[in-house]
Amino acid sequence: MKIVVIGNGMVGYKFCEKIVEKTGDTGIELVVFGEEPRPAYDRVHLSEFFAGRSADDLTMAPLDWYTSHNITLHLGDPIKEIDTLHKIVHSHQGISESYDFLIMATGSSAFVPSIQGVDKKGVFIYRTIEDLELMLDFAPKARKGTVIGGGLLGLEAAKALLDLGVAETHIIEFAPRLMPRQIDDKGSFILQSKLQKLGLQIHTNKNTREILGADTITGLQFTDDTILDTDMLVISAGIKPRDELAKAAGLTTGPRGGIVVNEQLQTSDPSIYAIGECALYNGMIYGLVAPGYEMAETAASHILGQHKSFTGFDMSTKLKLIGVDVASFGNPFITPEEGNSIVLEDSMKGVYQRINISTCGQYLLGGILIGDADAYNMLLQTSKNKVILPPNPIDILLGARNGTASTGINLPDDAIICSCESISKLAIAQAVEGGYETLDAVKKCTKAGTCCGGCVPMVKDIITATMKAQGKYIRNVVCEHFAYSRQELLDLVKVKALKSFDEVLDHYGHGEGCETCKPVVSSILASLWNEMILDKGNDTAQDSNDRYLANIQKGGTYSVVPRIPGGEITPEKLIVIGQIAHKYHLYTKITGGQRIDMFGAHLSDLPAIWEELIIAGFESGHAYGKALRTVKSCVGSTWCRFGLHDSVSFAIRIEERYRGLRAPHKIKSAVSGCIRECAEAQSKDFGIIATERGWNLYVCGNGGSKPQHALLLGTDLDDETCIRYIDRFLMFYIKTADPLTRTATWLNKLEGGIDYLRNVVLHDSLGIAESLEAEMQLLVDSYKCEWKEVVDNPQLRKRFNHFVNAPEEKDPTVKFETMRSQKKAAEWK
Amino acid sequence: MSSTLSTTGITWFFACKTTDVPANGGVCIKYKEEQIALFYFTRSDAWYATQNLCPHRKQMALSRGMTGSHQGEPKVACPFHKKTFSLADGRCLTDEHECSLTTYPVRTEDDRVYIGISENEEAY
Ligand code: SRM
Ligand SMILES: Cc1cc2nc3c(=O)[nH]c(=O)nc-3n(C[C@H](O)[C@H](O)[C@H](O)COP(=O)(O)OP(=O)(O)OC[C@H]3O[C@@H](n4cnc5c(N)ncnc54)[C@H](O)[C@@H]3O)c2cc1C
Ligand code: SF4
Ligand code: FES
Repeated sequence: MKIVVIGNGMVGYKFCEKIVEKTGDTGIELVVFGEEPRPAYDRVHLSEFFAGRSADDLTMAPLDWYTSHNITLHLGDPIKEIDTLHKIVHSHQGISESYDFLIMATGSSAFVPSIQGVDKKGVFIYRTIEDLELMLDFAPKARKGTVIGGGLLGLEAAKALLDLGVAETHIIEFAPRLMPRQIDDKGSFILQSKLQKLGLQIHTNKNTREILGADTITGLQFTDDTILDTDMLVISAGIKPRDELAKAAGLTTGPRGGIVVNEQLQTSDPSIYAIGECALYNGMIYGLVAPGYEMAETAASHILGQHKSFTGFDMSTKLKLIGVDVASFGNPFITPEEGNSIVLEDSMKGVYQRINISTCGQYLLGGILIGDADAYNMLLQTSKNKVILPPNPIDILLGARNGTASTGINLPDDAIICSCESISKLAIAQAVEGGYETLDAVKKCTKAGTCCGGCVPMVKDIITATMKAQGKYIRNVVCEHFAYSRQELLDLVKVKALKSFDEVLDHYGHGEGCETCKPVVSSILASLWNEMILDKGNDTAQDSNDRYLANIQKGGTYSVVPRIPGGEITPEKLIVIGQIAHKYHLYTKITGGQRIDMFGAHLSDLPAIWEELIIAGFESGHAYGKALRTVKSCVGSTWCRFGLHDSVSFAIRIEERYRGLRAPHKIKSAVSGCIRECAEAQSKDFGIIATERGWNLYVCGNGGSKPQHALLLGTDLDDETCIRYIDRFLMFYIKTADPLTRTATWLNKLEGGIDYLRNVVLHDSLGIAESLEAEMQLLVDSYKCEWKEVVDNPQLRKRFNHFVNAPEEKDPTVKFETMRSQKKAAEWK
Repeated sequence: MSSTLSTTGITWFFACKTTDVPANGGVCIKYKEEQIALFYFTRSDAWYATQNLCPHRKQMALSRGMTGSHQGEPKVACPFHKKTFSLADGRCLTDEHECSLTTYPVRTEDDRVYIGISENEEAY
């Protein structure tokens, strides 16, 4: 049997994968023609091209995947004619291939409305890697950018313009609101304000009449006669199915485009199938990848004589913009006859959630989530699988917010968990029962979670639930080399007084260790004994940054961050930093942590740089370690007219107490002199704010990608009590947290939450307060600056040479570029 | 003392002393204008050599990576994005689509470590 596939996009590729999967490379001849110059790539994540992902990173499968499965792939060679009578296709470059079955996976192109001037320079569409390359070239010349279209794609394109450095970016939407097909007025309003905060300017109810400019675009004129200046325009007004070839071959197409198909994806010629964005099923074009994959599966099954039908697909979507959670599922807009809606709105936080419930109150019909879409997957599955709602349906939203939501576990077996790959709950559970008990193993075995990744939390829940149901005790074991959790390992290492990774591996592990367990054990050793981390052969058990006591940067150079406690620094020390940076030709920048970072140091220069810094009175800032980073401070009562206490002195005291303290993840702190909170203490792992009567201590805050405010642990504490509580809190965290878990995540998982923690720390409910304090004191007393130890030790210094057999030579491949009269690392290749 | 030996098809060049290489870790060796990462595993008393260039983002970094094993197979993790590569055959263990590393044979004589380069192949 011979199958010819026209189009090597996401769906065309998936079709090949399905055939290979179902037939195991035997008996079927597969020939693929692609118009684009490269093999199929992940269009869904196209925007990441601007964030540094290369075309290669986006590739679905490399060329040798096709060869190794005997698939002939012609790239850059579109089919120009189908001879349905003789069942032959003819390519642009003159290749003719006969077929038994023909698959049309020609996708769609950007729909460009007929506006005068669309052919001007500076006007782009957003569909292929080539489109993005053209934009990349042009963007540096543009100050103002505009996107026509406020739908999913348009918003993504607008964010891309911002990321490209186009300072002023506008979105033009014809409808009265953004994403008119997915969300309602209220939701759109909140979304609009979120996007405005990102720096996007939004114009709804605007119809573009003409693109202005001689040769290159200079602006847009709208039908209301207003004008918007712009140097660059991206048109993202919808998609147009690529049906021109099918039309010419006499296949039936829809009045507004699209190749008409039946439930088996057959076109009007039964030996020709159409799948993906070019197919018109039941009057509908499915512009998403998941339905396309389902079509690929159905067509492949049908050709191989298996029974399967495509009967439509859910069009739920989640926007992929970082910092802007937007999702819409099922039927987002219902009429009063269809049911009722529950709306949660928090305009302070910018959260809007609407769920639509059937008139009988039992089923979830659809909804809209803005500002917080964590519950998306759970709600989507609940509606798709017609799970009966709790008696008080609002609980499904409130539960989700308190972290006690019904997760994947309550869904029926046939619930589709991974929509992209259409993997059911049962399939995941069966994989787990078959011995695939980790996320990675399940991903490899079922492909669930490998596309957009949205279902990963649910997959994890199902793994845990299935294992529990089998009576397996679930521990978060470190990795294949240690069958213990971090907490268990810490206790064992302590009891046996083990001092090096090798000893720990000999006693409790097997194999050689790996990049997961080595840093975990090294961190445990440091938290228990606080010995020099590069001693006892432990240097190679440290994460690369710890091993070289510096953060590795793009290009292979390192950064140098001396400690500047509380952000306070003398003019003399500032001068030294300037001199050293000058001498070693380092890029300097004030960090977000109130200190100074010097970038671009050659590995072999590090000891000499630190030698000079240490002579000037600096010490390591541990910017490379999972350790205490900075204790930021505001200026406080010594200068500030509102200051209640001397926040700088207290911050310095705290930073000097906990400097070098290693933990499961990095720890940050801050001290503010009054409730105006200029040091942002409530976003820190522990934060201290002055009150009339002492200090308030907050814990478990986090910045980063999932910010979380710290919670109040103790109020009006005096200096000593505050420090005692911090000792207990930090030591308790160090002893019980999983690897790479910040305090905020640790608290979220801690049964009993902040109340439990308060009982342990303030009321000593476990009776361990004294030992926690003693353990902390030991660490405080044994602190040494590890850079000083390296500088003073010729053996350790030697380890910083790049070439072991040419110690005086630096890495010749290191390259820099210039920017604003400093250097920067050369771009990734 | 000559610093290169030759057996059929392979040129063995003197890389460094055994004591120059940290236990269970790597160093970078300069060979002509090329860079080779050399690793030593104490438990199995085994030596491995690969190109120093990580194929992922083309960074000269593998010698600074963390060594370990995956189901018995020796490996190294690149310090940049933690892609792991088999030291036995150079293939990428975390991403089947990633390019493989060139590997080189290693020999020791007393306290001297030699890396073998095939005559028709130059170091990466
Ligand atoms: C240098 C600096 C940016 C700057 O130029 O301002 C920076 C640079 C890096 N940050 Fe940061 N962060 C810096 C302040 C911050 C802050 C602001 C702060 O501390 O007040 C935050 C948010 C606060 C927080 O952590 O809660 C921050 C949140 C992160 C995160 C997210 C952590 C999280 O819990 O989600 C990461 C990723 C991680 O640690 O896994 C990160 C990771 C990194 C890494 C280590 C990424 C890496 O692995 O290469 C960067 C290292 C650069 C280097 O080699 O030195 N950085 N980073 C800042 C150094 C502060 C310092 O003096 O030590
Ligand atoms: C920026 C962007 C973001 C997106 N985000 C999402 C998202 O978050 N979620 C989601 O579900 N979907 C998203 N999509 C949509 C998703 O990418 C598409 O649904 C999917 O790519 C459709 O696959 P396809 O194979 O049908 O079409 P395509 O991927 O377009 O592939 C069709 C291929 O056929 C080729 N072709 C056309 N005619 C011929 C011919 N005559 N001969 C040979 N080859 C031909 C084309 O050149 C093209 O390479 C996004 C799309 C874009 C552009
Ligand atoms: S927090 Fe208070 S003391 Fe500190 S700078 Fe602000 S107002 Fe002044
Ligand atoms: S550069 Fe090595 S993993 Fe990315």
